[in-house]
Amino acid sequence: MLRYLGKRFLLILPTIFVPLILVFLLLRLSPGDPAGMMLGDQATAEQIAALRNQLGLDQPIWVQFLFWIRGIVTLDLGNSIFFREPVMQIIPRYAGVTILLAVVALALAVLIGVTLGLISAMNRNKPIDRGVVTAAVLGISLPEFWFALLLIFVFAVTLRWFPVAGYNPPTAGLIAFGATIFLPALALGVRQSALMTRMMRSSMLDVLNEPYITTARAQGLPESTVIGRYAMRTAAMPVITVAGLSAGYLLGGAVTIEIIFALPGLGRMLVEAVGRRDYPLVEGGVLAISLVLAVLNLVIDLIYAILDPRIRYQ
Amino acid sequence: MTAHITPLPAETVSPGAARKTVLEVENLSLAFRNADGLLPIVTDVSFAIAEGEAVALVGESGCGKSITASAIMGIAPDNAEIAGNITLNGTVISALPPKDRRRLCGRHMGFIFQEPMTALHPTLSIGRQMTDTLRHNLGLSHKDATDRAAELLDRVGIPRARDILRGYVHELSGGMRQRVMIALAISCGPSLIIADEPTTALDVTIQAQVLDLLEDMRRELNLAMLFITHDLEVVGDFCEKAVVMYAGDVVERGFSADIVRSPAHPYARGLIDAVPAHDDGRTRLTPILGTVPPVGQWPEGCRFAPRCGRADAQCRTRPSLERHGVTDARCWHPLEDRP
Repeated sequence: MLRYLGKRFLLILPTIFVPLILVFLLLRLSPGDPAGMMLGDQATAEQIAALRNQLGLDQPIWVQFLFWIRGIVTLDLGNSIFFREPVMQIIPRYAGVTILLAVVALALAVLIGVTLGLISAMNRNKPIDRGVVTAAVLGISLPEFWFALLLIFVFAVTLRWFPVAGYNPPTAGLIAFGATIFLPALALGVRQSALMTRMMRSSMLDVLNEPYITTARAQGLPESTVIGRYAMRTAAMPVITVAGLSAGYLLGGAVTIEIIFALPGLGRMLVEAVGRRDYPLVEGGVLAISLVLAVLNLVIDLIYAILDPRIRYQ
Repeated sequence: MTAHITPLPAETVSPGAARKTVLEVENLSLAFRNADGLLPIVTDVSFAIAEGEAVALVGESGCGKSITASAIMGIAPDNAEIAGNITLNGTVISALPPKDRRRLCGRHMGFIFQEPMTALHPTLSIGRQMTDTLRHNLGLSHKDATDRAAELLDRVGIPRARDILRGYVHELSGGMRQRVMIALAISCGPSLIIADEPTTALDVTIQAQVLDLLEDMRRELNLAMLFITHDLEVVGDFCEKAVVMYAGDVVERGFSADIVRSPAHPYARGLIDAVPAHDDGRTRLTPILGTVPPVGQWPEGCRFAPRCGRADAQCRTRPSLERHGVTDARCWHPLEDRP
């Protein structure tokens, strides 16, 4: 078990560093100069050169790369060119919102997906099953910004159950936080929940044909135990895989939702930082997202190992 | 299909008439409901098993042996229409609602599957699977259930029972897996064990051990045992009686020794001739030509007729199961007794 976790942990490192290197290169290869952006149209060539020198942008790219690596190792990601404060202070402010949004969205997606998938599998080929499958196809096909606007229109504008936009941190109270996070999380999670519904349905139908389910029935176990423990235990595995993939998607795909609901999240911050050529902040943001993603994957692997003893020995 | 057969009471074929009948199956038939209507799978199956007695259900693949077993157990697929009477320890169970049928499973009837690797749960520990059954069926506490599970594993010849309880099915060898399956099936003290080809998936050396274990369990616990197999050697060695099935029909029924020595039905004869025996000086085996007709394409009359050398015009009407010599056979032209 420990060896398995150790191996998983080592596999995290490329997950974090490969995107970082790509982002580092892409930023510097793309046109646009942060010094020029910051000083505006009126700046002279000397002023720009002075600022470039101050920011280290006049160094060869490999020297910049080494500085950047040193920064990561010493946890000093430099100052944001735009905000003029340490990146390490800016990131957590925004990352918290995005992580909470993704976690709530994932929880909603799993809850909806597993429930609907199970109902669907238990009522195979009955009207309720067809209804759920149709809804799932619809859920997968609809773009989430459209769904977000629909939710805002129905629940915020018409019914006035939730605020239209804005954000209350959890410190403002659970209800205040829930009111601002629920609609964005639902809009963000609906596609994933549709995917999970389909996955849960098909994997449950597969598992119900397994001989060990017949054994459990032949041993006289009640249907609730047969489904809830014997079938769910194995049927959940593909759903967990999807949940892991969804987590990545939710973190990355939060941008649109954050903009529509005016949430101060990492996605929105990143988009703005790219526009400002704020290299340190973009790099810090990407680092934060890959870190969260890597940790999430580690958690998923851990859940695998707990649910399936065969994985621990591979 | 409408032919009437008088079910044979256990006493008339059992020498020790004092033995109590555990399972009695009368005119059992099963059909699958599909888009085209009803598709018959098994017709008019009747036999009885007394306590301590092993009865073999013999036939090629696709004869309806396993589905007969699942109908008795009450675990047949949802679209199966089942008719006929199944009586367990004097109670007619075929009329019971599914919930009550489920309660008989484990406690009164145990099932041993062909392939223990897939019949045991891959990601629940062996101990968990055994204690789930024990706790639910016998209402034992967690500790008592674990103790009993360890005893059971010990009894079926598994060393280091406590360690094995913590382990998983993929960690065991094929023989060990089947021993666990047997321990699970007998765990709640059933009076009937149905074993569906319990040795088919095992190595030859292990097969003998598992058969011995089943024999021991049958004697010690006085179990009635329904033994589904296509191996006639097993039938002769381990089962007192045999029921030979062909295309959903019982074609011959009687004591195993009689059927193996002098079968009345040409199909039973064919099965015996197709077994390589090392003591009869034959150099070539005699196969049964052709294959079992698929369900839905059974011929009218005797279903074996197209593959039978003795078939004539009379075989186009359906024979009934009648006594010929020492066994019951469903045949117009039974083979003469050849001692």
